Amino acid sequence: MSGVVGTAMRRVDAAEKATGAARFTGDLALPGLLCGKVLRSPFPHARLVRVDTSAAERMPGVRAVLTGGDLADLDPYYGHAIKDRPIVALERVRFIGEPVAAVAADDEAAAEEALRAITVEYEELPAVTVLGEALAAGAPRVHEGPLRPGLFHGLGDLRREEGNICYHYHFARGDLESAFAASDVVVEGEYTFPAVYQYAMEPHTVIAQWGESEITVWASCQHPYLVRAELADLFRVPLSAVRVIVPYVGGGFGSKSYTKMEPLTVALARKARRPVRIANSIEEAMVTTRRHNMRCWMRTGATRDGAVVARQCRIWLDTGAYADNGPRVAATAGDAAPGAYRWRAVGVDAWAVYTHTPPAGSYRAFGAAHMAWIGESQIDALARRVGLDPLEFRRRNLLRPGEEVRPGGKPLDADLVGDVTKVAAAVGWGTPKPPFVGRGVGVGLLAAGAQPVSTAVLRLQADGTVVLLVSTTELGQGARTAFTQIVADELGVPPSRVRVAGADTQVTPFDRSTGASRSTTLAGTAVQRASADLRGQLLEIAKRVWGLPLSALTVRDGAVWHETDALPFPELLARHFGMVGGELIGRGEVRPERGSGSYAEGPVFWEVCVGGAEVHVSPETGQIRVRRLASVADVGKAINPQLVEAQDEGASLQGLGNTLFEEMIFENGQLMNGSLLDYHVPTTADLPDAFHTIIVENGDGPGPYGAKGVGEGALAAVPAAIVNALADLGLEIRDLPVTPERVLRCLGVLGAPAGTGGAAP
Amino acid sequence: MAPQGGEVAPRRELALIVNGRPAVARIEPRELLLDFLRNRLGLTGAKRSCDVQVCGACTVLVDDRPVSACCFLAYEARGRQVTTIEGLAEAGHLHPLQEAFIEHGAIQCGFCTPGMILTALTLLREVPTPSPDQVRTYLKGSLCRCTGYWKIIDAVVDAGRRMARAEAARR
Ligand code: FES
Ligand code: FES
Repeated sequence: MSGVVGTAMRRVDAAEKATGAARFTGDLALPGLLCGKVLRSPFPHARLVRVDTSAAERMPGVRAVLTGGDLADLDPYYGHAIKDRPIVALERVRFIGEPVAAVAADDEAAAEEALRAITVEYEELPAVTVLGEALAAGAPRVHEGPLRPGLFHGLGDLRREEGNICYHYHFARGDLESAFAASDVVVEGEYTFPAVYQYAMEPHTVIAQWGESEITVWASCQHPYLVRAELADLFRVPLSAVRVIVPYVGGGFGSKSYTKMEPLTVALARKARRPVRIANSIEEAMVTTRRHNMRCWMRTGATRDGAVVARQCRIWLDTGAYADNGPRVAATAGDAAPGAYRWRAVGVDAWAVYTHTPPAGSYRAFGAAHMAWIGESQIDALARRVGLDPLEFRRRNLLRPGEEVRPGGKPLDADLVGDVTKVAAAVGWGTPKPPFVGRGVGVGLLAAGAQPVSTAVLRLQADGTVVLLVSTTELGQGARTAFTQIVADELGVPPSRVRVAGADTQVTPFDRSTGASRSTTLAGTAVQRASADLRGQLLEIAKRVWGLPLSALTVRDGAVWHETDALPFPELLARHFGMVGGELIGRGEVRPERGSGSYAEGPVFWEVCVGGAEVHVSPETGQIRVRRLASVADVGKAINPQLVEAQDEGASLQGLGNTLFEEMIFENGQLMNGSLLDYHVPTTADLPDAFHTIIVENGDGPGPYGAKGVGEGALAAVPAAIVNALADLGLEIRDLPVTPERVLRCLGVLGAPAGTGGAAP
Repeated sequence: MAPQGGEVAPRRELALIVNGRPAVARIEPRELLLDFLRNRLGLTGAKRSCDVQVCGACTVLVDDRPVSACCFLAYEARGRQVTTIEGLAEAGHLHPLQEAFIEHGAIQCGFCTPGMILTALTLLREVPTPSPDQVRTYLKGSLCRCTGYWKIIDAVVDAGRRMARAEAARR
């Protein structure tokens, strides 16, 4: 072991990124590259009567104009969960911003002019642009007919539900009615969560090239292999004829998961017979994917001596016009709804609902971010009702390691009581509070990992350096750095001798996806296994060369050793191949260890969401100032503590934004704040006064060295902690974001200047 | 960005200094500095994100002042000195700010990094050893969605100290 695992080793990509040398998809230049622009629907729901592109096609510099009519030879529907989305609108449009046509031209100006020359005749149809309308009896349907399962739905039986229901997730255990009857106190409420924009700073960008024998795509995407599969399916070519290359990605946060702009770009390149780049603007990115807005009803019961008994919950998630990842978001929200408590009975229904709004998909900590603050605010309300300190109430009721979270699923693999005790201390729990200062904690669990399938290949070169091939995409999370550390330690080489290749489906082997906090745990295990495989081969060669048993050999410092004799890797290779050159290839894979690895049998691990907050509320202005914020990064083992902190800090600030001000505002399906002038994301001015990440390393994860994923939990924990800190001041929050107006509206119920939470009354 | 009605304004000659080297081109008056740098000179370090002068990803220095190149006409830079992130490292040696960003883990996806470093550079020219609060205030027009800013603030504070120490040692 060279001992870099567990250290804050510098990021392997940092110098390139600090000098501007790092290339993102928008930075690539290709000979003959055209600029693609998209004409988008101005109506939430309309029939396409006529699309006339003839004038646009005649304009100088215009190389191709694509409409639905160009797709007649294809089954042009995609969607990894449900195949409900056409590459470009066919006979109707279903949201404001849906692509209706696309132009490829020599430059941006020509492409934009051509867009203006396209005439589209629409016949407006009645639209359902909010959940209530979509769920009403007799509401216009967003989609008719049966739902076709996508290639990666992983959701068991997909049934066509009533009306505009896209997906229904349900589970129940215990007898709810008798459990509520046995509860001495019951709290109940209705809640809302807004649509939120992920804002990866790099908007979706795709280059596509339609070649003789290969479709080549450079994309700012998170999951190249799933994109490849959907493209091969859509364009009727073998998997091996589609190549997806992922340069550096300027942030993902779920917004670049699955397939987004790739099918449209490929279709345009197919028509133009030239490479084309489509780069979304921010406004276009906002209507490409977003976080689900949600309505929720929940009730929770407990005994008068402070034991939780039952919880029931109904969740309606607005998935917009196309399913995207809505079904999984609904399932994850459903799983997050019970929280981490020991229930006698629990019943959850979660529905993803179609509306005529831009499609909603993944955003960091989806499901858990939606639900943790609601469940946790009811836990605090119950604690207050039975006269217990919220922290003590949690200590009594939180699940312990090894206890069942979901029937048949992974038992709890974290010390939540330890975690919440730490964050409470970090925000001053139990110490005196100044006026208008409240404190709160939040605890949640996020089903993490997605399907556990990852592979890795490690190539030992003749000079003793290694090249790691793995398809995890580098979104900023630092995967390449963490993998470098694992390889360096496993093979006993310095990190400078390890190179990690960028994801390229023609070169780097299959990985399901980069998301769900899975990469260190799953791809990291494949990398560790590939390293072990390579080490085994080196030991075998040394055994033959020396005629010694394996037990007499060790690997370190780039060589195989017997006592003080060393055979450096290059020499081993030369002996093995009988020449200088040749290479050894290590192989590692991860696959489900039980069952099919489908969602129902997971998760791979429970990602911990534990946070604490201390807030000050101005009774005059309703402004909330976060004085202290703390989050636990319960990672099992921090392969790189600096990267762990970085993930947690970023997720926490996103959590703060999601709680206090971020909201996409729609009116009749029209996004009203589709620019960063109007949509506020956190700046340095919004930072809390102090922030702590508490790294917990209990070695209880399934990944390398006991590691498990991190980076999402804080985004679910922070809203819960802040909402409970406000509840500590008597503010009952039912709707996010908690804007000053909402605070002022609540202020009628602001009780004594200092609340009582944080110290048992 | 396209002209309304499709009229094409006559091209004009633009001569300026970019990262210490002269550059000359015939451009349309409407061409933005960001596109000029990225498309004509291949200097892709400055990024386009918000496109409305909110995020700072496209920040470059014009005569040592930070500008949002997404909203700055290339022609306005005629005869002036433009510095992009590519021009910051000298003779292969990283600038102390670049070093500090790397060491403090202030870089994640890296999309904001070039603009963030150039903005921080102008702060350090005004206030050589800023406090964390001063950095926080100065950087409020530069968005980063990945880091949560803490490590960026640490890096800028530290870079200021390093540069001040190096300066003192030179004297
Ligand atoms: S892209 Fe210029 S300020 Fe955001
Ligand atoms: S590092 Fe990704 S936006 Fe700053």
